[in-house]
Amino acid sequence: MSSQLSSQLNKPATQTAGAEGYNFAYLDEQSKRMLRRAMLKAVAIPGYQVPFGGREMPLPHGWGTGGMQLTATVIGEADTLKVIDQGADDTTNAVSIRRFFAKTAGVETTEHTADASLIQTRHRIPERQLRNDQILIYQVPIPEPLRFIEPRETETRKMHALREYGAMQVKLYEDVARFGHIATSYDYPVMVNDRYMMDPSPIPKFDNPKMNQMPALQLFGAGFEKRIYAVPPYTKVMSLDFDDYPFEVQSWEESCSICGSDHSFLDEVIMDDAGNKMFVCSDTDYCRERVEQGFTAENPEGQQGLTPEPNQSQQERKTQDDTKAEEMAP
Amino acid sequence: MNAIQNVNGQPLTGGKDASAERQAGKRQDDAPLLSVRDICKFYAPGKGCGDVSFDLYPGEVLGIVGESGSGKSTLLSTLPARLQPDSGQVIYNSAQFGELDLYACDEAERRVLMRSEWGIVHQHARDGLRMNVSAGANIGERLMAVGERHYGSIREKAEEWLTAVEIDTGRIDDRPSQFSGGMQQRLQIARNLVTHPKLIFMDEPTGGLDVSVQARLLDLLRNLVSQLGLSVIIVTHDLAVARLLAHRLMVMRRGEVVETGLTDQVLDDPQHPYTQLLVSSILQN
Repeated sequence: MSSQLSSQLNKPATQTAGAEGYNFAYLDEQSKRMLRRAMLKAVAIPGYQVPFGGREMPLPHGWGTGGMQLTATVIGEADTLKVIDQGADDTTNAVSIRRFFAKTAGVETTEHTADASLIQTRHRIPERQLRNDQILIYQVPIPEPLRFIEPRETETRKMHALREYGAMQVKLYEDVARFGHIATSYDYPVMVNDRYMMDPSPIPKFDNPKMNQMPALQLFGAGFEKRIYAVPPYTKVMSLDFDDYPFEVQSWEESCSICGSDHSFLDEVIMDDAGNKMFVCSDTDYCRERVEQGFTAENPEGQQGLTPEPNQSQQERKTQDDTKAEEMAP
Repeated sequence: MNAIQNVNGQPLTGGKDASAERQAGKRQDDAPLLSVRDICKFYAPGKGCGDVSFDLYPGEVLGIVGESGSGKSTLLSTLPARLQPDSGQVIYNSAQFGELDLYACDEAERRVLMRSEWGIVHQHARDGLRMNVSAGANIGERLMAVGERHYGSIREKAEEWLTAVEIDTGRIDDRPSQFSGGMQQRLQIARNLVTHPKLIFMDEPTGGLDVSVQARLLDLLRNLVSQLGLSVIIVTHDLAVARLLAHRLMVMRRGEVVETGLTDQVLDDPQHPYTQLLVSSILQN
């Protein structure tokens, strides 16, 4: 991983690829240096929030400026960028960030998870298992998982330093007391490498198991709060739970109306005023890929002669939560 | 007044009469739980507290009385090192860490003590409670902080403690903001006692409560203290509270201790002019 990152760091900046009058990938080289230092520290201490000097991006805070600064810093001319917003490649946020980097860095962009070397994401992890040569960059609104219970930054830092994470359990307790199960469904706190409590950004807890032992480097950027944190490849990431209320991921009785998938994260879409609805894969690329392979809602097992692609994220999940994975397995 | 005592720092539910023993000079087997030597903490000349020394033994309740601004609360915050003193030393005899110099030791250790062996009852329950989570979570927080991860048993203990402080267990999922002032104060006490601390710091626990609620709270506190063999340092300006709860009294004025002694002795036979003034200013009936 370190060689992967340092090869990115040593790449010389050029003025040729990007838009006229701007540095490569918009950010100036000094800012990138500062960000890289912060990033290296973040990678060295998995889950630890490293402060950095946030730069103005030509986009309002809260629109992914944290993620964009990370992307601008690690991106090189040879990279292929994919940007998703809630799993979709074609939503406003994703389209504009993708076009921004196509313009300022002149890099290739793609909608295909497999073809991307760099994926900036807002609130989802792609369904397809990521590889060791890919980097996943998250946009993070609130990096501090303990903020709910402790408003003081000085205090939360101390809590992290001393591993005082009992208070976090209070949030889960409240869920069980009120709803009878752990109702937190996104932004579900995780423990990284048995040391730091981390906010996984508002991804659905469905994606939490994918973070565990993920081959790709995961970088998190919070533009508003000016924090960077990271999960290096193949790092243990465990979701919090109670002994008698173990961590569980969402499941659906329905399957995707387009590709028939019964194991991916589904969005519920209201179709008309009568309240008719359909469920579709939140990961548009995954859905498209399945349709290309011949899966349909009518034929969820795929066309004859085509074997379904092994879903590796399923196997991954199994390591975290055997019982649930068995329930979910197709 | 009966005081229940820890022998060798082990929590007891039954016990001997501590004050009688102490008077008879029979104490030999246990060391003081807390030794305070020459604590000084001044915000400005005359504002704060200075030259305070005392020993607190397991199972003992020490009352600190005095007028407003006499440094009582400053002293109470300084003892558990929530405030750093200008000078002085506090040795705490911890079950986990042995003898500990509170100002020299690691902050991590102090924070462990804070959530396991100590309890702090604030004057305003709001300062000591998490107002935006349920009563059960408030009680359970300390349990979770010391590593409890079983929801069922956290819940069970929360119910137990609600009963112990006379709050209906049906209120377990209500937020403290829906509780009356007296209930909040009792909830705060339950929240502190759930991990069976050895030493409780109380700052005016009955402040702002009406007299009948005060009486019930005091009764409850007295029972809990004797049942659990707690050591308590209680700051109050209410001499009636001091008489009811404290075995020993320390009278403070302008940041200095002017008189110490057994509660009955100090209140019935005050020596220092200020103590005499304080005692005589209570309405007699």
